[in-house]
Order: sequence, then structure tokens, then C-alpha cells
Amino acid sequence: MKRFFSAIICFVLLCLTTIPCFAGEKKDYSHLKGTTLNVYNWGEYISDGSDGTLDVNKEFEKRYGITINYSNYESNENMYNKLQSGGANYDVIIPSDYMIAKLIEEDMLAKLDFSNIPNYKYILEKYRGLYYDPDDTYTVPYTVGMVGLIYNTTMVEEAPDSWGALWDERYKGEILMFNNPRDAFGIAQCYLGQSINTESVEDWDKAIEVLKEQNHLVSSYVMDEVFNKMENGEAALAPYYAGDFLTMYDTNPDLAFVYPKEGVNFFVDAMCIPKNAENKEAAELYINFMLEEEIAVANANYICYATPHSLVLESDDYDLKGEPVLYPDEKNAPKTEMFENLDYETQNYMNMLWNELKIEGNSNLDAYIGLSVTAILIIVYAVYKFIKKKKREAMY
Amino acid sequence: MTKKTSLGGKLYTALVFIFLYAPIAVLILFSFNSGKSTAVFEGFSLHWYEELFRDAATLTAFKNSLIIAVVSSIISTVMGTAAATAIFGYKNKLLKTSVMTVTNIPMMNPEIVTGIAMMLLFVFIGGMFGKTGTLGFTTLTIAHVTFELPYVILNVLPKLKQTDAHLSEAAQDLGCTPFQAFYKVVLPAIMPGIISGLMMAFTLSIDDFIISYFVSGTSSQTLPIRIFSMTKRRVTPDMYALSTLIFLAILILLVISNVISSRGYKKNTKKGGAKK
Repeated sequence: MKRFFSAIICFVLLCLTTIPCFAGEKKDYSHLKGTTLNVYNWGEYISDGSDGTLDVNKEFEKRYGITINYSNYESNENMYNKLQSGGANYDVIIPSDYMIAKLIEEDMLAKLDFSNIPNYKYILEKYRGLYYDPDDTYTVPYTVGMVGLIYNTTMVEEAPDSWGALWDERYKGEILMFNNPRDAFGIAQCYLGQSINTESVEDWDKAIEVLKEQNHLVSSYVMDEVFNKMENGEAALAPYYAGDFLTMYDTNPDLAFVYPKEGVNFFVDAMCIPKNAENKEAAELYINFMLEEEIAVANANYICYATPHSLVLESDDYDLKGEPVLYPDEKNAPKTEMFENLDYETQNYMNMLWNELKIEGNSNLDAYIGLSVTAILIIVYAVYKFIKKKKREAMY
Repeated sequence: MTKKTSLGGKLYTALVFIFLYAPIAVLILFSFNSGKSTAVFEGFSLHWYEELFRDAATLTAFKNSLIIAVVSSIISTVMGTAAATAIFGYKNKLLKTSVMTVTNIPMMNPEIVTGIAMMLLFVFIGGMFGKTGTLGFTTLTIAHVTFELPYVILNVLPKLKQTDAHLSEAAQDLGCTPFQAFYKVVLPAIMPGIISGLMMAFTLSIDDFIISYFVSGTSSQTLPIRIFSMTKRRVTPDMYALSTLIFLAILILLVISNVISSRGYKKNTKKGGAKK
């Protein structure tokens, strides 16, 4: 009897030791070995092994034997053009919220098979069911963030708390603005209290008026040049993304950050799979891999934007844990609004207004005067030489 | 007898050189920056050169750029030389000028027009065979050959005009087949033009951004595209290290080639000007 019982107990114990294998039942991905995966991501948006960080793509290739073709884009619109041309088949893309809404509307995304993405359970509740993908069938959030106002404490007289600081005459020639229409108009619209997704023509007209008023105060319209200009004190005020402020602060501790009281733009970049992807299973495997704790922490540390991953926020390896700029508490949390996909006429109108501002906004009077004076001088000289030649010929 | 250049002339030349090379000098200086910023020089270090060799995506992009440049410049030089020889031999004036006009089109066309046109063409042809994802190395090479061809032809044609028109006939009189006459007599004479056409094609290919942007595919990202994709966040300083290395490599190559050609020139003039 005793032996029988001890045999049973041993058998049960043995079975219990195999439970870990069943608990995280890993699907077998060896059939994907040797295939290729085309990933299309923003530039500098993944931990790539520089400065001693983890090289995420290499790690994935090592673990699963799948080769990654990694290419980059710098704007949602250019990524959309590449995708729509039909010339290149990407397996994983990482667009922003309003672009995802557009892609879903045009039926360019494939539904995700979440049985291949069990790590999705780590995404926080507040980043699920967002407007662009209300049923969470197409996307998995990658990074989130907000736009705010960066200022140089030694160059401003008092700490700003409103977007109006960018219209302050005292800082003429020391103000920077976004060099793309959506973000620039977004700031003007927040300042005027409009919705950043308004479709009313009067709202857009008011916004362009305000931007044109600001034009002579702005030293330049920038995207990545903002880093240099703020770091070496060339400019006093600039709007940019919260995570990028942290990078600038490393080089120049005189800088400070504030979320203006009128409200800011809140964005989510999410991973999705285009409809014409050739290696969908590997793509889902890649997305799941990005959600693993070690990988997500490495990415969050590298990119410096806020993360929607619950394990990262609690991890001790996360350098930016509790950072108030990225994760403002209830008291300091700003009003936020996400960009939505504008309809065709509004987009055209916005682009037309932006061109008006950028191309015709600048008075080129000096250039015209200089050019015409030079042209007159050249003509006078040529005529003089011609007359001299004729005189000389007349002598013979 | 060399004319003595005045002080004003020397000063002007110096200013022109400073204007041309100041950005490159700043680039080289900041490639040795120990900090991440490109505006504040924090200290001297070789950190970014180490980083460059760990940045797999940039190195892949650079490798792609080099491979496309070498392959496309060789193909376009061969095609261009053949085309130039044929164009030179045309007797019909109308045909000659119309062919020259057609070859000049890729050169005169704004690059963005060529880029979009080629992308649409490749997708269209892919669509005819029911394939998507046609953009890749092959399409990039074809596009690069297309816009390099006019430059090669324009480099080789003047050399053809310079060589004695009866050289090829004389060689055939002495027993060469027409092909041998070309290969052994005409080709060495026009070789300087071919070499300069090759180098021009190579430079244009490495430098090209707009056409490559539209025509590259999932695995064929070239270096300019990679650098441009960083402009939303920040171009990392290991790009400066890469640019410095490219600049030094090309500088050394040019110096060597100049030394060789000047030695050859000295040798020829010493022999009493028998060769030309």
C-alpha cells in the first residue's frame, strides 16, 4: 500500500513538473525558419544596439532564424505612398493613429490573429479600444506620447504655461515651429481653443491667420533641427514631443518642459500588418516578440517615448520609470486630443493654406531688389562694351 | 610659362575653397564629438566610429548603396560606350540629333518626375504578370542605369570626336577584324572618356536620393534614404563618422589617380611627345 501511494505521489509530482511546459504553451515556429520578414518602421525607433543597448532585430533573427529586412520612413504620408503604390510588400508597419484610421478605412490592413500574440495582455486598458481601432482587431500599440512646449529657462523671462508663449513678441527670432502642416496647425488650433480635427473652413482660416501673425516671430520651421537649436541655445521656445525633450535635456540642462494649459496632441504609434503581407505569421510573431518584457524595456529606454506596456512601467530596468514629463500625474495631466484622419477636402484646404504660409508668406522683396539691380548693372556694362566695340570698328 | 597669380586671385581661390569645404570640415570635426549633440562640441573621442560598426541597419544601407553604384555604373558604362560609338558613326544628321535629344531627356528631367514615372512603370509591369512587391534591387539598378546613361554618353562622345577618324580603318587595313579594330585601337584611345564616365556614373548613383526613394523596395534601402528617415527624430552622429570615412576614401582615391595620371603625363612628355 505504502509503495503504491508513494508511486502515485511520485507520478503526480512528475506531472506537476511538466506543467510549466504547458502553462506557456509555446507554439512551434520552426517552420518559419529561413523565411524573411519585411519591417517598415520610423527612423531611430527601435533599440538597435548602439551605445550598448540591445539590438532587437538581431535578437529576433537569432531566436527564430527569420531574416529581417529593415527599412525606414520619416513620415506617415510617405509610408502610405509606398504602401499604396503596390510596389513593395511590407509585413509589419508602425503608423500613427490617424494614418491607421485611414488605412482601415481603405481596407489596407489585415486583421490580427491574437492567438499568435499572447503578450497583448500586457497592454494597458487605457490604450485599448482607441478611436482608430475600436475593436482592437488590427493594431497593437507600440509607443504613445504627447506634444509639449520646450523652453530654455535662461532665455525666457517667466516660465510659460500656454501656447501663447510662441506668439510672444519678446522672443522674436527665438521661436521655432513644426515644419509640417498637421502639427503646426494643431498648435494654432489648440491655442484658439478649436478642435484639432475641425472640418469647418472658418476655423482653418482663423488658424492660418494666427500662424501668419506668428510668421515674423519664428526663426525657422524645423523637425529634427530642433535638437541642435535648443541644445546650443539658438532658440528659446519650441514645441516638440515629450520624449525628445529628455534627449535634449541630457545635453543642455537649462531646458525645461511644460504641457500648455490649452491642451496638447496625444499620439499613439501602433504595429499593424498590411493586407498584402507575404509572411503574416512571422509578422505576428515579431509583434509578440516586441511585447516581451526585456525587448519592450530596451525599446522604451532607447526611444524615450512613453510606453503602453504594463510590465515596462513596473520594471526596474526601465530608466524612465515614473518620469513626470512622460507620465504626468493626475494634477499635471494636460487636456489631450488625438489627430483623426481628415477628409479629402479638409486635407487639401490645409495643404493649400500651409503652402500659402511657407511659400508666399516670406517677403522676398530684398531678393527681388538685389536681383534687379544686378541685372541692370550687367545690362549697362554689356551695352557699354558694345558701344565701345562699335566705336573701335568705326575707326577702321 | 605659368602666369603669376595676383594676391587677389589667390585670396579669391582660398575663399572659394573655404566656402566649398567648410561644411565638410564641420562634419569631420563633429564626427569626433564625444557627446550626442551636433551643435555642442563636448570633447574628442572615437566613440562614433565604434558605434558605426555596430549599427547594422546603416551598414546594410551603405552596402546596398555601394553594390547598386558599382553594378549600375559598370552596366551603364558598357551600354553608354556602345551607344556613343554607334551615335558617332551615324551619317544621317536628323537621326543623330534626335537620338542625342532622347538620350538627354533623363538628364534634363526633374528627378522626381523620373522617380515617380519609373515606380509607376515597374508596378504596372508587375501588375501585368500578377505580381506585387516588384520594387527591389533589380528595379533600383534599372532606374540608376537609366539616369546615368546620358552622362556616360556625354563623356565618351567628345573623346570619340578627338580620336583620328581613320584609325579604325587603318587597323582593318593592317588585318584586324572590325571588332578587333575597335577593341585594340579605338577603345584605348577613348579610355580616358570611359573612365571619367564611369566615375561620374558611380558618383551619381551613390548620391542619388529622389529616384531611389521611389524605386527601392523592402530590402534595398540605400544610405541616403536611411539618413532621410532619421530626420523626424535625430540624425545620429555615427552618420558623420560614415561620411568622414567616405570622404577620406574618395580623397585618397582621387589623389592616387591624379598622381598616376600626372606620372604618366610626365613620362609621355619625356619621350618627346610621341604618344598623345
